[in-house]
Amino acid sequence: MMIYLELFLSFFKVGLFGFGGGYAMLPLIKQEIVDAPHLWLTIEQFADIVAISQMTPGPIAINSATFVGYTVTGNILGSATATLGVCIPPFIIMLILSKFYFKFKESKYSEKVFYILKPAVVGLIGAAAISLVNKSNFIDYVSIILFAAMFIGAMKKIDPIKLILAAGAAGIIIYG
Amino acid sequence: MLPLIQNEIVEKNNWIKEDEFLELLAMAQSAPGPIAVNVAVFVGYKIGGLPGTIITSLGTVLPSFLIILLIAMYFKDIRSNSYVEGFFKGVKPALAALIAVPAIKMAKKNKSGAVGTIVSLLSLYLVAVLNISPVWIILAAAIGAILIK
Repeated sequence: MMIYLELFLSFFKVGLFGFGGGYAMLPLIKQEIVDAPHLWLTIEQFADIVAISQMTPGPIAINSATFVGYTVTGNILGSATATLGVCIPPFIIMLILSKFYFKFKESKYSEKVFYILKPAVVGLIGAAAISLVNKSNFIDYVSIILFAAMFIGAMKKIDPIKLILAAGAAGIIIYG
Repeated sequence: MLPLIQNEIVEKNNWIKEDEFLELLAMAQSAPGPIAVNVAVFVGYKIGGLPGTIITSLGTVLPSFLIILLIAMYFKDIRSNSYVEGFFKGVKPALAALIAVPAIKMAKKNKSGAVGTIVSLLSLYLVAVLNISPVWIILAAAIGAILIK
């Protein structure tokens, strides 16, 4: 039973502090599932789930909750517990905001907070990118070439799904 | 994902007006959690109160949940296949690039001046190098903003 409670609380935390959308939530998700004390996934598995999330529709927070929940417990209940955990905080917060929509609209409060929060989130996304630059993801010089090619592609606004598929196809040809 | 959301709730179903959608988006982005879920909660509440909220949230979450569940169930078995292995070896270095680019683009659009640049670099350093929890970064940024202004 403890594992379900831990899954729920871990993803509750991700849902509660996951500001700035998908990429910004990655360091938080990584910390909860890869780092001590949980050690639910290895850094390789974490990169797997990021890759899968990029190729499937839906928010990465939910994808990783569902994936980790299943991987850790081996059943659907684990998946559902983690997914519920990540959804409850935003659900409650948005419900309150929706209720007081017009009051919120007129307050300058959120603007003030975002003056600092937004750049902090940029840093978090940068940290997410850096955490993926490691020995298990960069295995040889081909990795560096692929990284450079995808970097240029993304700067030129090519659809990320096309870039992922291209990198994957290159991987199959070279390593498969 | 945003164009899809806009098409569904503004153009197809007229649940929310165009200008209201932009405000909703700002609100959904300023709350924690996945933006799609946040938008769903708001639209559900507006149309059908609390029951509406539950239904729209389930509608947004269920497809991802089912797809990922299916993948998680069979992933172990196919992961060692040499083609799948090759695919992931190619994709993994690409991921770092795909995440670095939005960070760089967002940093270029920084509207908080020198303060913004310092905060971005500090948050990057604390999380990437010192492995500080992003929870502290978020809390410190929010509290700091309230104190400064």
